Amino acid sequence: MSDLVFDVKNITLRFGGVVSLNDVTMEHRRGEILAVIGPNGAGKTSLFNSLTGVYRPQEGTITLNAREGHPISVIGRGAYRIASAGVARTFQASRMFSALTTFENVKIGAESHKGLGAVGAMVRGPATRRGERESDQKTFELLEFVGLKDQANTLSASLSYGARRRLEIARGLATNPVALLLDEPAAGTNPAEKLELANLIRRVRDELGVTILLIEHDMKLVMSVAERLYVLNFGSVIATGSPAEIRSNQAVIDAYLGSSETQTSEAS
Amino acid sequence: MSTEMRVHLRRWLSFFAMAALIAIMTGPSGSNNAPVQGLTQSFAQPYSYFGLFRAQRWMIFFTFALVALGLQTLWRRSGGGVRARTAVLRQGFEAPGRRRATVLSAVVVVALVALFIPHLISNPGIQSGIVEQVLAYVILALGLNVVVGWAGLLDLGYVGFYAIGAYVTAWMTGRLPIAAPFHHPVSSFAAIPVAIVFTMLAGVILGAPTLRLRGDYLAIVTLGFGEIILVFSNNLTNVTGGSQGTNPYIPSFTFRIGGLKYLFGNVGYYFLVAGFVVVTIVLFRLLEHSRVGRAWTAIREDEVAAESIGINPLKYKVMAFAIGASVSGFAGAVTASQIGVVYPSTFSLYFSVNVLTLVIFGGMGSIVGVIFGSILVQGIAVYLRFYPPSGYQASDLYMYLGALLIMMMIYRPAGLIPSRRRRREIYQAEDGIGHEGDVLLGEQS
Ligand SMILES: Nc1ncnc2c1ncn2[C@@H]1O[C@H](COP(=O)(O)OP(=O)(O)O)[C@@H](O)[C@H]1O
Ligand SMILES: [Mg+2]
Repeated sequence: MSDLVFDVKNITLRFGGVVSLNDVTMEHRRGEILAVIGPNGAGKTSLFNSLTGVYRPQEGTITLNAREGHPISVIGRGAYRIASAGVARTFQASRMFSALTTFENVKIGAESHKGLGAVGAMVRGPATRRGERESDQKTFELLEFVGLKDQANTLSASLSYGARRRLEIARGLATNPVALLLDEPAAGTNPAEKLELANLIRRVRDELGVTILLIEHDMKLVMSVAERLYVLNFGSVIATGSPAEIRSNQAVIDAYLGSSETQTSEAS
Repeated sequence: MSTEMRVHLRRWLSFFAMAALIAIMTGPSGSNNAPVQGLTQSFAQPYSYFGLFRAQRWMIFFTFALVALGLQTLWRRSGGGVRARTAVLRQGFEAPGRRRATVLSAVVVVALVALFIPHLISNPGIQSGIVEQVLAYVILALGLNVVVGWAGLLDLGYVGFYAIGAYVTAWMTGRLPIAAPFHHPVSSFAAIPVAIVFTMLAGVILGAPTLRLRGDYLAIVTLGFGEIILVFSNNLTNVTGGSQGTNPYIPSFTFRIGGLKYLFGNVGYYFLVAGFVVVTIVLFRLLEHSRVGRAWTAIREDEVAAESIGINPLKYKVMAFAIGASVSGFAGAVTASQIGVVYPSTFSLYFSVNVLTLVIFGGMGSIVGVIFGSILVQGIAVYLRFYPPSGYQASDLYMYLGALLIMMMIYRPAGLIPSRRRRREIYQAEDGIGHEGDVLLGEQS
């Protein structure tokens, strides 16, 4: 039981009259690739934002167990504190620092967990310089890992959609996360990029040992990558299980898979 | 053909309209007896421009408009605008070798000029004017640049910290109606660190609760803060001395080694404050290219994304605010000891707006831009004070500053020498990447 990265119990999130999450319970095991699927407006992004401290569910508990034996409660903590505790994420509409280069974007991630250091920066002692070198080193390694090394000095605003996704992943990984949350990473990418992305997600887990939570519309990608799935509809979990179980689940077919053709061809 | 003609015509018209506008603004004012005289004289009066030549005013401005138009056409024809823009968008890291050489030679030239200025200008009024109106403003603008340019926070109460710095100096040196701390007045030098600590604390105290606010709300809060300080300094007569100012004179910096005593005069102050400017530049350059500087950029560009990688926006905003505040307080302390008196009337909103103008004019976020912008604008202000053209009044200055800002916003929205990051942000906004609102204040929709 203690090997859950996220332990979500009965959370309910409302915006005025809209219930975007309704009594959701979810377990995210350490080291697995878990996917959350569901039609548009089902509450997937809301769940993500609740897990990362951006939204505060009115009911229920979310326990983050990033380092084993040090559980913290997510609800009520600011987004940056959840991030420093070891949860990295990407955004459905990618959010980069668009006036900065690819390299600078990732470097900001690499050094964000280091202390404040205005004085250190102005004095620029040996410790500061060593930290700087470490961040540079790490940034280069991560850019190589996600395949963006050749575009290190490109302005991030001029990257392709696929490259932006990988940039966001690299920036998240730079913070040394325990878990990486990906919000529709394949949206707006072409089939070749989707394949690369699936490989990248597997490599992040296998080579870096990062636990992964994936939201995705593209059923082919989800079914090939995820080991376990939760299905959301109208804010409630309607099914959970392995890809094979979900495929044959009647409630899921009714709610979601029945319209999978249109869903897959959707742009975002 | 016809569209091109129209474009040309519009460009011509806009330049001549601008020239006419400047002619009116710099012209004589009308009176009750002859209300249109200001308008007609603005064009018909013979006018000597900086003592160089005399001509009808309209001829001068017509010539200016022609020259400006010619320059702009040349710049366009050589593809400068287009090239600069794409280069900016493509540019990643600069090629270090060539840039370093240019930067180094520029620094040497500026240092040489700075070294000789006090010897070229013998008028003591202008000498002290350069210290309090130019050098002190360079420091002030550099400090506000941290807040506005780097952290993207609009601070309209910058003068409040300047006032606190000045009053702390008066207090420490025993020049206020209330007694100096421990009844032991200290020298102006010793007051500086205390002023810095006080203003930094004031920055944290004001910033910590208010920096959660978004752009316009923050501007209003800081505006209020500046006004509160102004009202306090005017009305707390038995603490600040009220509108009469402090009394007696705050001592100038003195320097003692054994029996040797050096009292800083105008030239001494010039070099001392110039030294402070250099120190500020060095420290802030390091800060800009450090992790702190990058964190500020991240917050300005996308606060949500910045938080998602563990950056605490409030902490970095408070830090920028406190750094800006302490720089302002420092400038206040130095100027107080140079002028010798602290008057509340100095601490009006105009002061903050003036410094903000320098930052925007020079180029938000750009150290070099802010320095040159401040020297240029404040240099002209000092010049106009000592060599006023006929009809010029001191308060006209703000009108010119306003016109200057409007023109900058039209033709060089990123400022005189924009910072690379800011320039990218503005061009991206023009090209539809990101939101315009984000550019100026770094806020999220
Ligand atoms: N910040 C918000 N304010 C108001 N309503 C919201 C907000 N975020 C999400 N919602 C609502 O919650 C529901 C679920 O949205 P979302 O989580 O984005 O769905 P999904 O990501 O599955 O498409 C929607 O009805 C949406 O309108
Ligand atoms: Mg969504």
